[in-house]
Amino acid sequence: MRSITKFKTTKMKKYITLLIACGLVLQTMAQQTPAPKQTEAITIEGATAHLGNGEVIESSLIMFEDGKLTFVGDSKMKIARKGKVIDATGKHVYPGFIAPAKTLGLIEIDAVRATKDEDELGDFIPHVRSLIAYNAESKVVESMRPNGVLIAQIAPTGGRISGTSSIVQFDAWNWEDAAIKVDDGVHLNWPNTFRQGRWWAGEERGYQPNKDYGEQTQAVVTFFKNAAAYGKSTSKEVNPAFAAMKGIFDGSQKLYVHADGEKEIIDAINTLKANGTKEIVLIGGYHAYKIPEFLKSNNIPVLVQYTHNLPVYDDDDYDLPYKLPKLLVDAGLMVAIQNSDAENFQTRNLPFYAGQVVQQGLDKEVAVQLLTGNTAKILGIDDLYGTLENGKSATLFISEGDALDMAGNQLTHAFIDGRSVSLETHQTELWKRYLGKYEGE
Amino acid sequence: MKKLIFALCLLWCSTILTAQEYFPENAGVKVNNNNYTAFTNAKIYVTPTQIIEKGTLLIQHGKIVSASSTVSIPKNSIIIDLKGKSIYPSFIDVYSKFGVEQPKKKPGSGRSAEYAPSRDGYYWNDHIMPENKAIAQFKYDDKEAKVLREAGFGVVNSHIQDGIARGTGVLIALNGEGTDANRILDDKSAQYFSLDKSIAKGQSYPSSLMGALALLRQMYSDADWYSKGNSTTTDLSLEALNANKNLVQIFEAKDKGNDLRADKIGDANGIQYTILGGGNEFERIEEIKATNAKFIIPINFPDAYDISNPYAVGYVSLQDMRFWNQAPTNPKVLADNGIQFSLTTYDLKSPSNFKEKLMKAIEYGLPKTKALEALTTVPAQILGKSNQIGSLKTGAYANFLITSGDIFDSSTTLFENWVQGSKSVINSIDTKDIRGDYNLNVQGKMYAMSIMGEVSKPSIEVKQDTMKLTSKIAYDNNWLTMSFATDKGEHTYRMTGATTEGSDNLSGLLVLPNGTETKFTATKSKAFEEKEGKDDKAKDAPKVMPVMYPNVGYGFASKPKSETVLFKNATVWTSEEAGILKNTDVLIKNGKIAKIGTNLSAGGAKVVDATGKHLTAGIIDEHSHIAALAVNESGHNSTAEVKMEDVVDPEHMGIYHSLAGGVTSLQLLHGSANPIGGRSAILKLKWGEEADGLIYDNSPKFIKFALGENVKQSNWGSFSRFPQTRMGVEQLYMNYFQRAKEYDTKKKNGEPYRYDEEMEVLAEILNGERFISCHSYVQSEINMMMKVAEHFGFRINTFTHILEGYKVADKMAEHGAGAGTFSDWWAYKYEVNDAIPYNAAIMQKQGVVTAINSDDREMIRRLNQEAAKTIKYGGMTELEAWKMVTINPAKLLHLDDRVGSIKEGKDADVVLWSGSPLSVYSKAERTMIEGTTYFDLETDKQNREKIKKERNELVTMMLKEKSGGKKTQGPKQSVKRDFTCESL
Repeated sequence: MRSITKFKTTKMKKYITLLIACGLVLQTMAQQTPAPKQTEAITIEGATAHLGNGEVIESSLIMFEDGKLTFVGDSKMKIARKGKVIDATGKHVYPGFIAPAKTLGLIEIDAVRATKDEDELGDFIPHVRSLIAYNAESKVVESMRPNGVLIAQIAPTGGRISGTSSIVQFDAWNWEDAAIKVDDGVHLNWPNTFRQGRWWAGEERGYQPNKDYGEQTQAVVTFFKNAAAYGKSTSKEVNPAFAAMKGIFDGSQKLYVHADGEKEIIDAINTLKANGTKEIVLIGGYHAYKIPEFLKSNNIPVLVQYTHNLPVYDDDDYDLPYKLPKLLVDAGLMVAIQNSDAENFQTRNLPFYAGQVVQQGLDKEVAVQLLTGNTAKILGIDDLYGTLENGKSATLFISEGDALDMAGNQLTHAFIDGRSVSLETHQTELWKRYLGKYEGE
Repeated sequence: MKKLIFALCLLWCSTILTAQEYFPENAGVKVNNNNYTAFTNAKIYVTPTQIIEKGTLLIQHGKIVSASSTVSIPKNSIIIDLKGKSIYPSFIDVYSKFGVEQPKKKPGSGRSAEYAPSRDGYYWNDHIMPENKAIAQFKYDDKEAKVLREAGFGVVNSHIQDGIARGTGVLIALNGEGTDANRILDDKSAQYFSLDKSIAKGQSYPSSLMGALALLRQMYSDADWYSKGNSTTTDLSLEALNANKNLVQIFEAKDKGNDLRADKIGDANGIQYTILGGGNEFERIEEIKATNAKFIIPINFPDAYDISNPYAVGYVSLQDMRFWNQAPTNPKVLADNGIQFSLTTYDLKSPSNFKEKLMKAIEYGLPKTKALEALTTVPAQILGKSNQIGSLKTGAYANFLITSGDIFDSSTTLFENWVQGSKSVINSIDTKDIRGDYNLNVQGKMYAMSIMGEVSKPSIEVKQDTMKLTSKIAYDNNWLTMSFATDKGEHTYRMTGATTEGSDNLSGLLVLPNGTETKFTATKSKAFEEKEGKDDKAKDAPKVMPVMYPNVGYGFASKPKSETVLFKNATVWTSEEAGILKNTDVLIKNGKIAKIGTNLSAGGAKVVDATGKHLTAGIIDEHSHIAALAVNESGHNSTAEVKMEDVVDPEHMGIYHSLAGGVTSLQLLHGSANPIGGRSAILKLKWGEEADGLIYDNSPKFIKFALGENVKQSNWGSFSRFPQTRMGVEQLYMNYFQRAKEYDTKKKNGEPYRYDEEMEVLAEILNGERFISCHSYVQSEINMMMKVAEHFGFRINTFTHILEGYKVADKMAEHGAGAGTFSDWWAYKYEVNDAIPYNAAIMQKQGVVTAINSDDREMIRRLNQEAAKTIKYGGMTELEAWKMVTINPAKLLHLDDRVGSIKEGKDADVVLWSGSPLSVYSKAERTMIEGTTYFDLETDKQNREKIKKERNELVTMMLKEKSGGKKTQGPKQSVKRDFTCESL
């Protein structure tokens, strides 16, 4: 970018205009270059390793080659240290944090419509796929990495069935390179029994009973029944929406249902099960803590709402959003944290949501699981991601301190599939540029 | 001949009351009726407190001649014996729209807001319409008058209920037989105001409550200026306002807080408004009393919530449940506090619901005398018409009610409502009471028949042995028509007959199922008895929940008090040069930090063992929009005249939630809808105090300015308001400040000038008396703003948001501006593309006083964590980071001599944390303001249990209400709006 400034001194006005235009493009599109494939073995020694499965190794030895972990154990182990050794004594190692149900890479600037690709027209559109619109060069995406968030599920939003999500890692040239799991699941927004008052039409703000709830749930049932029937037909005529539901019925894809109220959750799960849905994940679950037995007996994992939320009802405990994940963990449910309702840039605060639950008494390692091992399990990528175990992907980071606490979250290294990814961003570059301005660098 | 005249008079006496003596008569001979009507042997309520047990009411020419026990009845009197009956003055409703055509809602005018007025020759704002006259829109509504008379009303005061200044009202007697010449008692009965814009006008200013208040202030000031002949043009609105100055002034406020707001406007202009309340006055009765205003009180008490579905219960807040329970006590509480009030049908679906609600108010403790006063003498007094209406004193209009007994008893029948001597029969006074048990003989077969209910509208039950039969009854003019059916409805027996003088038995025509006509007889076996004894009712006095401070879920039972507290052995984050002190004691006394040291002796102080805990100054948020009823006055591009202090909401849950996050003070800022926004309110979060109790004493003066996308209206498709570009923003400031300078010069030189609140405020800025907190994002506009300020010789105090501050931090430091910024927000709009989380650290290092702020109802709850992010981003030390939410914002707000650090002599606004305040793992355990604990974990825990218990109790009461067949309303959650800068 500096070179462009230099070019500006040229007197050829035409070029100036052109180059300024280029400069603008570069400025807004600049992204860190993806790291090359891991070629050399890497050893991290001495760090407190948080494995993401609830275990911690105080002074650890971690080695990886060709993108895969080859050793995770105690640093006292007397085995050969392979390749480049990073002394991480006093530091902490974590599996890369995973953000479910986000529109990262689908929205660049919330207020600029031209940069938004998250919500397509239509009520039942499972055939709409997030992956192909995912912008691997998003400046917002790269800003996740310095905080340890390295993987996300990218999901469309809006409508009743918003579309099909995919899971990506955050260091890629394009969406194909980014994909970890293509079309992993379909996202359904369950209707609400209450709806917000249409204040612009003279109704009171606030919630009132949704008279259309029955009709809306019936529409879901009808769609599922049709999609299931379609799957059995031999007709050659393609119905893309019905066709996109195939994986839901054979269990190869998950159904992510967004619901918060007690009744909504019960209705959603009963209805979906009765209509042939094999793998259901609950997203949201504000009232999930009231019905843990129901969720357990139906084997439903919960991607619970993040802690930076207000109590929904005035009489709720002020700290209910803070302790909600803990209540679900304590009830024996499979839980991970998501912030689908938050703006994308907030997703870099994922570690601090988990920290906030620790504030409410949750064990720190369990809190780490809510961003790593549990998330990977729920999303179905635990064969490779989510924990630091032999044979799994070397997707991890090193932090100077406790990564769940703001002051401790200082990354020195991050690896995705063994590739050492840049921790620079549009933001760090501006920071350094202006430090230079003031400090004469 | 005499006889004939007398007969004519008799015929006419009820139709023509006061002949219009100067009107020619061509339909016959012209006559006068000078007869009297005497109502004898009645219990007469001359006034609610002057009662004649057995007296005579004498009327003539539609007016009261006398009412006493010793009236000598003139010979030319018609005498009506009312033995056992009562006479009351008929009711008056001060707040009605009877007969006055109300404007219709203006259809939407598309996307672009209207800024200009639609009228010439009137005030610049369309919502100011003091020139409106209800009389011009008046047309007597016979049907509605009948409904009102049935509810007991004789006189109503009506007006055009639209706009902020609404013009004059009209006082109408509900005389069904006279003409408007009789009915119109006053065609300019009062002058009306409200806080609501006209629905018929599209002008966008004022778009907020604070704008409406500012507009009223300016209107009065302009009227005064106009009355002194200063205007070169004609303004018919101001002329009307001035002309109506001496009328009764009535203000529609409709809420306890707005009652106080209206009263303040009145006080500032030497006006004592009569205020239409909202029914929630009991929640702040002391402040309401202090207004010294008379009130008009609606009694549309809410129905119970239908929460038979347990999942729906959660949506209804304790606050709303409690209001259902407490609202019927409002009239009682007003009466208990000696506040003068009248009752109104306003807000009721129909006046026919009035009695039911009134009875409820009485059941909840409103004394009957006060109820009667509120319907007669007080409204008369409010209207300044005590001699004409509201009592049965000599000379008053003959407006009265004849009842079977105590008018506030549910079994009492209202027989007649006389207005100006003209009779309306509501229920026939001669109706015989046929209620009781009978043996009904139908062709030799005996049935048990019971007639019950109201005298004039009885109900019936017919039994064959023990089996109830389908049966019907109608009773009119002492004729009754009954039927019943046997054999599962196969055979119907129909009967009709008139009651007989002197006999309790009934008899008449019987039509058999086969059509044969014969006779029936019914012999009375038992007189009718009211089922519920009055004593039982008294025992069943409804349970009313206590009012809390504030009256919401987490309110206090009584306002909390300041204490003397010694924190022992804490880690103290001073936010001063002393840094972080370990093992230190802090003594809080008289609301101040009295002493900091080691081994301090407790004296009488309450000792808090703070070993292992951290004590800090309370967090200060330089930029917040919680606890507000409005945030943007977007009707103009400059609104310095509006004040956030006018719209503080002390009941907002955000206050409690923020206290739980260790926040003690905040600047409640106007939003960013316009380049020159409104004035700030700087608050201490004293949960439980009323609005003014939250505002700092001797508060520093601040105002919100805003730059960039919001003021250009870039993100909501509005294209008609200047400015649309950053270039225009600069010119707007230059223009306003130049005008303010010229205004101020005129004023200082003693030249005549028109008081302009907006210019006054801008002049304060020029004179260094008011400080700017300027919403800003990109470097170009930040730089521009400083240059504008420098041109006019003042300084921008604070740039808020200031996400590109790091690009011009050197310039800001040189200018002397401070910064309040987000820790890590960006990417939400184009102008924050270059926002970086290192911003705060860079600015701080360049010598800019920097604070981390929230602008967010959720984030304010964890500003300690946001401060900690400056360690991660930019390497601040712990101490520097902590200052960003304590002493730095205190400095920005010019409050650092009072709050923001732990220093002897400062306000005891402190927070005890479970660990380091910068750690995500710590929580605020106790939050104090001036030595008073407004939040602590233990009380919070207790409150959770109390809330559960009280909710359960109220739910049980509501379920009972429903199963008892009472009306209910659907469950709902009434939410307060959570504002950000951009909320419109």
